[in-house]
Amino acid sequence: MSDLVERLAGKRVVVCAGSGGVGKTTTSAAIAMGLAARGERVCVVTIDPARRLADALGIEQLGSEPRRVDDERFAGHGIVIGEGGELWAMMLDPKRTFDELIAKLAPDDKARDDILDNRIYRELSSAVAGSQEFTAVAKLYDLDRSGQFDVIVLDTPPSRNALDFLDAPDRLTGFLEGRALRLFLAPSGLAAKVVGRGTGVVFGVLRRVTGVDLMDDLSVFFGALSGVLDGFRERAAGVKALLADDATTFLIVTSPEREPVEEAIFFRGKLREAAMPFGGLVVNRLHPLAADDHDVSAEDVAAELGGDAALARKVVRTLDEFRVLARRDAGALVRLKREVGDDDPIVVPHLDGDVHDVDGLVLVHRHLFAAGAEREELLSEAAF
Amino acid sequence: MQALLDKPLLVVTGKGGVGKSTVAAALGMAAAARGRRTIVAEVAARDDISRALAGAEGAVPTFVERDLGEGLHHISIDPESALEEYVKDQLPRGVSDLLASSRLFAYLVAATPGLRELLTVGKVWELAQPDRRTPGAHPYDLVILDAPATGHGVAVLTAPGTFATAARMGPVARQGGKIHQMLADPEQTAIVAVATAEEMPVNETLTLRAALRDELGQDFAAAVVNGVLPARFRGAEAAALETAAASRSGVGVGGARAVRAARAEVARAKAHRAQVARLRRGLGRGIEVRTLPYLFEHDGLAADELARLGEELVR
Repeated sequence: MSDLVERLAGKRVVVCAGSGGVGKTTTSAAIAMGLAARGERVCVVTIDPARRLADALGIEQLGSEPRRVDDERFAGHGIVIGEGGELWAMMLDPKRTFDELIAKLAPDDKARDDILDNRIYRELSSAVAGSQEFTAVAKLYDLDRSGQFDVIVLDTPPSRNALDFLDAPDRLTGFLEGRALRLFLAPSGLAAKVVGRGTGVVFGVLRRVTGVDLMDDLSVFFGALSGVLDGFRERAAGVKALLADDATTFLIVTSPEREPVEEAIFFRGKLREAAMPFGGLVVNRLHPLAADDHDVSAEDVAAELGGDAALARKVVRTLDEFRVLARRDAGALVRLKREVGDDDPIVVPHLDGDVHDVDGLVLVHRHLFAAGAEREELLSEAAF
Repeated sequence: MQALLDKPLLVVTGKGGVGKSTVAAALGMAAAARGRRTIVAEVAARDDISRALAGAEGAVPTFVERDLGEGLHHISIDPESALEEYVKDQLPRGVSDLLASSRLFAYLVAATPGLRELLTVGKVWELAQPDRRTPGAHPYDLVILDAPATGHGVAVLTAPGTFATAARMGPVARQGGKIHQMLADPEQTAIVAVATAEEMPVNETLTLRAALRDELGQDFAAAVVNGVLPARFRGAEAAALETAAASRSGVGVGGARAVRAARAEVARAKAHRAQVARLRRGLGRGIEVRTLPYLFEHDGLAADELARLGEELVR
């Protein structure tokens, strides 16, 4: 048995990864809130929270800086932000984060403007798939370096992109390795000798394929970028080190549906390959299966419903359907435990209420942070 | 929704986990059943569709047009293969081999934002052409793109236009322009949004629509809400359930559990109805919103189940 608090002990960075639509954002927020209630200074970075969750946290507007969540928001909801605890939250705006990063790394104003004004950069920096992942890790790095927080909880884009997320620092470093770029910027003289024959052909071909203008724009773009290369490189290396650090942990969040389960297993494999630290599995929206499965007769139920036999039949049919879900979920859980290698995952039952307000957050938090006998108890109360 | 099957390209979009692949496959089966030579194209090697349709286990080769029988085909598109094909197609053999082995070229491609999306959608476009570029390939009557999860779905649809604008000239711009024209033309491309009856997927669908209108000038042809629970209990019955739950008089464990399940069903069905209504309001009258029932016995997707869903959609 290992509860969430034990799993997160001593961690500075908690990354919640997993498929879309499994409640990852709510999980991230509830974890952050729970840690703050236990006296930590926590920042939760969300990518795309439900509007009402953002409202609940008081981060309605996009901001590229964390904002303190007023402790009073939780007053009367059974959560007290602990002694020394602080909850901060932010919603990541990839485009803005990217721009700020460029501004921060550029050696001077001219270099900064060259990049920010470059058509390629403008056209593509907001639409880039992958910019979310890259800016998320860049932001994570900055927040970690700021020393302002004990723990940072990061919600990630959906799982396939979470792979991009793992690769982002590497891809960037690879691309910005400099060598290729310098060749690109100076495709003659010594550089051409270094790569040997073929460079000229590559350039000719690229020109043919992409059109001269794009080439010019690209070379201006890369030329301008060269000024921020060292900063990028250092950052990418720092991010990579941070993700692989012992103080970082990845929680894989999933629901029992088939696709998210497969994604979770897939992602776990990727974590292994990348030697990234795995902190455990969170299974949301599970229908727990009751330990006893004595049949429920329509007569018994009718007795409780003032003798309405027709209604009782519908009720029993509904229970049967829920038991189908519960059995399906039990099977998914077995598979998850085995494939992901967590024999005691954190389980949050399917909650019928709205989990996007403070009360919902508190409820999710209760399930996530349950320890010892309470874990069993909460699940059996929700069992079918 | 039957008219959707008459256009050469059908794009199925939506947030991850809403059953987008299910809808794409179901529509594919409905189209094939009507004699349209159809291919379902999915992006990245997830291959849920072919697993469902063909019961294929294990790794399926990417970038291969596979005949699933009965006029239905499937392909899984990855950008790397798309690039390789594009380069081979555009350039003489020796040069393309050289490029394939050029790290510089690989870097540049990886570093050019949006190029992956462009290549992916470029292949989809190629599949939809009456005269196929791919040697020995047959044309299709209908290509169904199972688009990546919403955020990237927009990127895939808008990348060609973005490139056409950025490049201005040269083959990439020309091709980007052509692809963009097809995607932006409601006569040639129908976009179907898929959501579940939950807050976030509905929000995403509305956001996606705004983005498509802004960046592509296209609107949804229709929307599908997946996994909607039927309204099984009437108001009075729901009230009786509440009373039973509140009284807890001599209730057996099983009986209490049954009542709890029924109350959960009432709450969920009500929430589902509210979300479907919200989507309908958000999209306005011009866009048909169809609902598909929640499947309890849902262990992967059997082909006959998909066919049934497909028929339900195009009814």
